[in-house]
Amino acid sequence: MTALLRQFKDFFVSLRLTVVLLGLSIILVFWATLAQTDLGVYGVQQKFFHSLFIMVKIPGTEFPFPVFPGGYCIGGLLFINLIIAQISRLHLSWRKFGIWITHLGLIMLLVGELLSGLLQQDNDIVLDNGQTKNYAESQRQNELVITDVSDPKIDDVTSIPLDLVADLKTVQVPQIPFQIVAKQFFPNAEIASRAQAPNAPAAPATQGVGTQAVLMPLAVTVKDNERNEPAASIELVGSEGSLGTWLVSADPAMPVQKFDYKGKTWKIAMRATRRYLPFSLTLVKFSHDVYPGTDIPKNFSSLVRLHEDSNQSTREVLIYMNNPLRTHGLTFYQSGFANQDRTAILQVVRNPSWQLPYIACLLMTGGLLFQFSIHLVGFFSRRKPEVKLA
Amino acid sequence: MKKFIPFLALVIAVLVIAVSVTPVKNSTAFDLVGFGQLPVLSNGRIKPLDTVARSSLLQLQGKQSVKLSDGTKLSPEAWLLDVFFRPEKADTYPIFSIHNQELLSLVHKGSANESSEFLSFKDFIPYLQSIEDQAKLAGPIEEKSRTAFQRSVIQIAEDLMLYERLEHTIEKPGTTDFLGELLQFQKDIPAGVQAVRLKQEGKAHDEVIAQKVIEEGKQFMDLSQATTIMVIPSADPVGHPSQWRTMGQSLLESFEQGGIEPSALAFAGIGYAWQKQNTDQFNQLIPLYRDELNNGYAKALKKTSVETHFNTAEPFYISLCLYTLAFIIAIISWLKWPDSLGRASFIFVLSAWLLSTAGIATRMWLEGRPPVTNLYSSALFVGWGAVALCLILEVVYKNAIGSVAAGLIGFGTLLIAHHLALSGDTLEMMRAVLDSNFWLATHVVIVTTGYASTFLAGFLAIIYIIRGVFTHTLDKATADSLARMVYGIVCFATLFSFVGTVLGGIWADQSWGRFWGWDPKENGALIIVLWNALILHARWGGLVKQRGLMCFALFGNIVTSWSWFGTNMLGIGLHSYGFTEAAFWSLALFVLSQIALIGIGNIPLKNWRSFKANP
Repeated sequence: MTALLRQFKDFFVSLRLTVVLLGLSIILVFWATLAQTDLGVYGVQQKFFHSLFIMVKIPGTEFPFPVFPGGYCIGGLLFINLIIAQISRLHLSWRKFGIWITHLGLIMLLVGELLSGLLQQDNDIVLDNGQTKNYAESQRQNELVITDVSDPKIDDVTSIPLDLVADLKTVQVPQIPFQIVAKQFFPNAEIASRAQAPNAPAAPATQGVGTQAVLMPLAVTVKDNERNEPAASIELVGSEGSLGTWLVSADPAMPVQKFDYKGKTWKIAMRATRRYLPFSLTLVKFSHDVYPGTDIPKNFSSLVRLHEDSNQSTREVLIYMNNPLRTHGLTFYQSGFANQDRTAILQVVRNPSWQLPYIACLLMTGGLLFQFSIHLVGFFSRRKPEVKLA
Repeated sequence: MKKFIPFLALVIAVLVIAVSVTPVKNSTAFDLVGFGQLPVLSNGRIKPLDTVARSSLLQLQGKQSVKLSDGTKLSPEAWLLDVFFRPEKADTYPIFSIHNQELLSLVHKGSANESSEFLSFKDFIPYLQSIEDQAKLAGPIEEKSRTAFQRSVIQIAEDLMLYERLEHTIEKPGTTDFLGELLQFQKDIPAGVQAVRLKQEGKAHDEVIAQKVIEEGKQFMDLSQATTIMVIPSADPVGHPSQWRTMGQSLLESFEQGGIEPSALAFAGIGYAWQKQNTDQFNQLIPLYRDELNNGYAKALKKTSVETHFNTAEPFYISLCLYTLAFIIAIISWLKWPDSLGRASFIFVLSAWLLSTAGIATRMWLEGRPPVTNLYSSALFVGWGAVALCLILEVVYKNAIGSVAAGLIGFGTLLIAHHLALSGDTLEMMRAVLDSNFWLATHVVIVTTGYASTFLAGFLAIIYIIRGVFTHTLDKATADSLARMVYGIVCFATLFSFVGTVLGGIWADQSWGRFWGWDPKENGALIIVLWNALILHARWGGLVKQRGLMCFALFGNIVTSWSWFGTNMLGIGLHSYGFTEAAFWSLALFVLSQIALIGIGNIPLKNWRSFKANP
């Protein structure tokens, strides 16, 4: 082994590195906790944990500068430290067995957290009593959709990622006989009818409801219980020239906007990005119980009917606190309600690596118990002769 | 003399406990204890009126008994009876505690009468409207951005509302003879209902009695909305045990049922007897009503009797005193008579711990829940768990270190619990997602044990540093045994905080489909695990020796107090249920004191008194 390689190994194998990394991770977690008041939990995850470095803009510029190692960096180094140390320093013996098992569990835990960071998807499904849906909606992402609704049986949907709209790009796709030109974009905005705010400037639109509306840009929110509702003004350009400019908004109250072009009827809208499910869900009934004489919630529950087209099966499931529905690799849990208890909000989580923490934790718990038991037995067997002497 | 000290300690401990658990006798001729045991449904659970009185008084004035301006003392029950039935007297009792000068100036008490921080409801009457207005202005502002005045005015508005709700629990406002009115109403019901029915049909009727009954109905409607305390038991104790009603609701139902319920008349009768200060009548009515309740509510009555007894026994207060005593005696034992005084302090610790155990067990039985359900009970349990470990340490080492740590932690945690109890009844209902005895019994208990043991390691480190720096008593044997204790406890803490945190993750996965969400409380628990792991690795790697281990363990106190209370103060996340405003400064002070102790621990060893004498 060359001297350089040995130095390298010595660095990665050392307990000093472990201690430093543990210290750094404590600072990272603490800082991230404080930052949640400003960034919200999602923003913190992106900035602190799902990142190599925490980037802070140099004051007065837009240039980001790394100021502290992020979750991937510290986690990755711990991972390397753990594996190299385990191989080169800790010998396989019964006295070290607990440490081996604990570290193996820790490796799985780190991998599991990495995977769930990369693969986990959270969406909402918002259902009124009696309503049926076969899709969930993203809590943060939105999409611009152009739908061909000429055939009453089938909607032909084209979804355009919002990034393209935000960058004011022009989009041309083969399914649509016109170009989509993003003219203006607002990451969060409120739409009101012109009658409510007669003095406000007109919204940037020449077609559709936008002509009757005013648009008020809002600050982007990071609160976990609020949603950004982006808006944009979109010009559609056909081969003969412009068809006009439409105002679209992710506000659920925005009316449907349809128009005819070349013998077909089209719909243009901005909405929360949908993820379609392999089945449909109907909310049969949402219930919200409180303790008598108080408004302390005792239980929230949603009775849903689950219908699968593939095998024509229908079943009813009660989703309530601490009892989510797990099916098709998805977990549906009761996350909220609205509309005076007539609307249930279910959160839909897909996390393919959900078993890893369970196995990891069993291993680590077992390993720690084993190791500390050895310490304890050793302690008392060492003490016995002392007591006899005394 | 020396030999008898442990025996004497045992006698004192047994006596103190025996006195505290002996049921109290009525101090006046009235059966106030019996009244206090009567069950009502309030804040979601059936509880004795005694608890209603005590938790209200704690919220209003921070103590459980009422001291009048002439120096006489009122028991919580006597105060509650006056609030219910003699509001004109109760309104003059100084029970509202105010500290904010701006708020005092709002009620014109500021400069004129500065010492008077306890005001009566009567003092507030001219300013009720302005207080309501100010509270409305402050309401929409986020809790953490409110000024001291805004917080105080919202607090006093809530206190006044609580008081008014209590006043309207049974009697209509302004009534002088409620029982008489009810008895007359009972007679009027058949004719009155008939008259109203005819009136609605447009037929000939007795307008006078119809008007009278309609007017009564309106008043009962107001009464039904004026309180949240339900004093009238469910008519169907088996099928619908939680369908209790307020007095007003029950009286409204009497139109349909054609008569007033016996429970309503019983309370009116008790009120009449109290107004007339008629002991015989009062003392006859209470057992009569209890007999009536025994049909269907025997179990509830048993629980309310035990709870009343528990309230008067004040096991946690007695424990707190015993811990203090144990602490002082254990400290003295390091200077003189280590054997006998050490044993005496052990006896006090053990008896205080047993009493706390009984108290926690009673709470568990009353609530039907595992020991930790809210911040208050977590304080009790952290103390309980840490002292249990101290007892084990003391049995093994017999050097009074365990007793000193037990005294410190027992006292500290019970003091914290006392302050947390000021926000009202500590036996709260569990919010929907927390309503899972399995996870409360596993995750919460284990993670709280993790807190307890991390604290214990920190307090042992404090003993090491204080004894080492300021006294000659830290000889090598003591120092080594302290180091072994801290190391062992840190191992224990690592295990429990890790398993507890992980079980929390599994609970989250079971209910929300995700294992880890970087929520503040989750992060706090994670930091404790990481810190304990860091201590162990630093020691294994030889990066710290004995003194470094102590300073690291001491820092564990800061980490744990952050996780326990600090995370709740951020006011965000899923676990922010225990937000405590006033605790912020106590926490800051605690953290500063720990930093100072770490600083003292870093004084060069040659300047430590113990090591100077014993190089």
